[in-house]
Amino acid sequence: MSTVASQKRGFGAVLWDYLTTVDHKKIAHLYLFGGGFFFLLGGLEAMIIRIQLAVPENDFVSAGFYNELLTMHGTTMIFLAAMPLLFALMNAVVPLQIGARDVAFPFLNSLGFWLFLFGGLILNLSWFLEGAPDAGWTAYAPLSVTSPGHGVDFYVIGLQIAGAGTLIAGINFLVTIINMRAPGMTYMRMPLFTWTTFVTSVLILFAFPALTIGLFLLMFDRMFGSAFFDVGLGGNSIIWQHLFWIFGHPEVYILILPAFGIFSEIFATFSRKRLFGYTAMVFATILIAFFGFMVWAHHMFTVGLGPVANSIFAIATMAIAVPTGIKIFNWLATMWGGRITINTSMLWALGFIPSFTIGGMTGVMVAAVVADYQYHDTYFVVAHFHYVIVGGVVFGILAGLHYWWPKMFGRVLHEGMGKLTFWTFFIGFHLTFFIQHFLGLMGMPRRYWVFLENQGLDTGNMISTIGAFFMAFGVVVMLINVVYTALKGEKAADDPWDGRTLEWTMASPPAEYNFKQAPLVRGLDPLWIEKTEGKGQLTPAEPLGDIHMPNASFLPFLMSLGLFIAGFGFIYQVDYDWAYILLFAGMAMTLGCMLIRSLKDDHGYHIPKDELEREAD
Amino acid sequence: MAENTNSNETNTFQKQKNKEEMQKQLITFALMILFTIIAFAIVATGAMESMYVIPVLLILAITQVGFQLYYFMHMKDKNHNMPAVMMYGGLWAALLTLAGLGVITWW
Amino acid sequence: MSHDHSLNPETMPNEPEKATEEGKNKFLGFWFFLGGETVLFACLFGTYIALRNSTAGGPTANELFGLELVFMMTILLLTSSLTSVYAMYHMKNNDFKKMQLWLGITAILGFTFLGLEIYEFTHYIVDYEFTFRSSAFGSAFYTLVGFHGGHVTFGLAWLIAIMIRNAKRGLNLYNAPKFYTWSLYWHFIDVIWVFIFTVVYLMGKVG
Repeated sequence: MSTVASQKRGFGAVLWDYLTTVDHKKIAHLYLFGGGFFFLLGGLEAMIIRIQLAVPENDFVSAGFYNELLTMHGTTMIFLAAMPLLFALMNAVVPLQIGARDVAFPFLNSLGFWLFLFGGLILNLSWFLEGAPDAGWTAYAPLSVTSPGHGVDFYVIGLQIAGAGTLIAGINFLVTIINMRAPGMTYMRMPLFTWTTFVTSVLILFAFPALTIGLFLLMFDRMFGSAFFDVGLGGNSIIWQHLFWIFGHPEVYILILPAFGIFSEIFATFSRKRLFGYTAMVFATILIAFFGFMVWAHHMFTVGLGPVANSIFAIATMAIAVPTGIKIFNWLATMWGGRITINTSMLWALGFIPSFTIGGMTGVMVAAVVADYQYHDTYFVVAHFHYVIVGGVVFGILAGLHYWWPKMFGRVLHEGMGKLTFWTFFIGFHLTFFIQHFLGLMGMPRRYWVFLENQGLDTGNMISTIGAFFMAFGVVVMLINVVYTALKGEKAADDPWDGRTLEWTMASPPAEYNFKQAPLVRGLDPLWIEKTEGKGQLTPAEPLGDIHMPNASFLPFLMSLGLFIAGFGFIYQVDYDWAYILLFAGMAMTLGCMLIRSLKDDHGYHIPKDELEREAD
Repeated sequence: MAENTNSNETNTFQKQKNKEEMQKQLITFALMILFTIIAFAIVATGAMESMYVIPVLLILAITQVGFQLYYFMHMKDKNHNMPAVMMYGGLWAALLTLAGLGVITWW
Repeated sequence: MSHDHSLNPETMPNEPEKATEEGKNKFLGFWFFLGGETVLFACLFGTYIALRNSTAGGPTANELFGLELVFMMTILLLTSSLTSVYAMYHMKNNDFKKMQLWLGITAILGFTFLGLEIYEFTHYIVDYEFTFRSSAFGSAFYTLVGFHGGHVTFGLAWLIAIMIRNAKRGLNLYNAPKFYTWSLYWHFIDVIWVFIFTVVYLMGKVG
């Protein structure tokens, strides 16, 4: 209904609407397009990397440019593609799944998005301003401190701003899930995607501050002459590694847990069965998050922490395989005996199980300290983390997009093109990365821009590059699919998949206030319960009344823009005094907007009851 | 003060309860000041064997922080389960971080 | 809809900060934010602990720190914690004027603390040539204590803003959560300071 209205408006009005929106469904669209854009950019960087490595001693790109490409590929994919795309799905789905009219902090929700976008823009503008960061996505000191030019400065500032946005988004989801659930929606009735969003948000809350501090220390060392990582003045570069991985390892679970949630929804829906072992799934999720904080040093086995520390972290790491295994078996058991429908979403979910299991298995391999001395910094590790991140997170995002696209946009993605995407991407993915295990075992180091001829690496690298083109083809088909669907796609029914959870009880796309009346939840899979009892719809838990809505606001955009401007000030004050103008003007803009937000009352507005009654007719 | 607020209808029972609460806060404050003085005195006088000083200082600090959280910030009150969960989660992550940076950085 | 009516009820509830849904959300969200801040400061403390002996030939913690000033700062901040408790006590009794009074006292104590901290930093820089750049210990010290000082500064600016904004209209259900979250923030700053004076100053004198 709201999209029909928006189609009638001019472009300017729609743009203004999106710039100021605090509606979680529109913010989901913004995250999707922002994250999707950066996903394509990161993919392009990956393609150039693979072309460079297609043949021995290639000179397609220079060594310096190659360093920038691999740094930006990693940074973009983790921070600017995977996380925002997951946030897109969380924003679109979680409030609907718990029967909420909105998120707890609509204003902050929008602020989180704009911080992410402007952070990502800063990071990528470095391409046009004296070169991109080139110290790897991990930006290890002292390399990152001494890297010449401003590349790493852009990394520091861009991630700082985007990271603040992520933290805000995390807190918003936590409070939303705790405070905004519909009557009857107890914790143990929440759909698994909501659960994983909740646990992920906890991880964000505790992991991102470590990144914030790490980035501050790096920023102070690079821009203000401090000595945290300067060995000459007593500094210690291992501090960066600790801080980075105290953040970085939970980050892996921040990415994968929501994907687990997505698959849990899809397996249950398309097997026509309640999720097997729901309680075990919830506790496995919590257990993974708990362990996820205690394993960061397994990225640092070769630093020389000593056998005691290494052993502790190795055992903790291997322990994570247990809850993950519980999940894999529960998904298999969910399908067992179910009436399985195989469509694009389900294909991604089915493809995920073997792919991710391979990644998990190599994970246990690299967790074995002694063996890790052999694997460390080789293509084996590259293969391992692409198996978990592409095979887990990207598959999850694509599965989720196919599954919830009807709810987000009111149209169903084209099945044929979806299946084509799946098969080309799936085959391409295994072609690209499976062989890299062996390249790594044969001694090919990661992050090198060339390799020599006749060392047994030629064929493997060529196969890997061919696979990458298959993946690229799959992504292009997906893009065409999106455009085709937007123009000619089949209109979605309210409940196109015979769903089980609350989001399928409402129109596709839902009205701006989501639920006219809060639904009464009577158990896990509330819609399915009503379907099996022949009712087919939820009982309202309250009489129809006025609905309170938050006001749209341009302030989040301005606040983020202020930090964007100040970011350039921080980067360039090293060279030019005029940059201080940018720094102070930008900070003044941000703080001024915060002040306005704090002092100006914003009570929102109400949609009156009679208007809601008219709509019902 | 009766005339200048929106309403002074807050009932006397509640007022009495608030007052008792405030007395507890004052005792808390007195203890915190006492602990602070003890901590400074230990260091300033050098009266204690240096092996015990640091553990004692840390115990005093942790107790003080407990007072702040549970009394001043009301974590002892009802409806503070989730704040407590997140504070303890944060403390757990903080402890691991301190262990990592404090113990194994120079190994 | 007349919000003013619903936010200015005849009888204020006992916990005005949590009477509205917005207030409940703010209360919870702010606590969670503090949970994250715990990790943030833990990282700074960890860095400081790792670098506390990396003086690069400059003055050590034991040579630098004087206990008198730190003791005064500690008492000031602890007392300001109590005065903000008084402010919240009067908020619960719906006595706006007394609340503002106690908040004002809190602000004065906070500003005095900040002044002493600035004096302390200047003292180290001028008399000992101990700066942010002179050693890894210097960087870690100024970053940890400076982050705390930055929090104090932000807290004071925030307090002054909401005090002036609401001076004329008094307490209602819309601004009560703002005052309450501010008081949580202020207590948290005090929590951090307890660890700073213990770990940085006292342990610096001992170890």
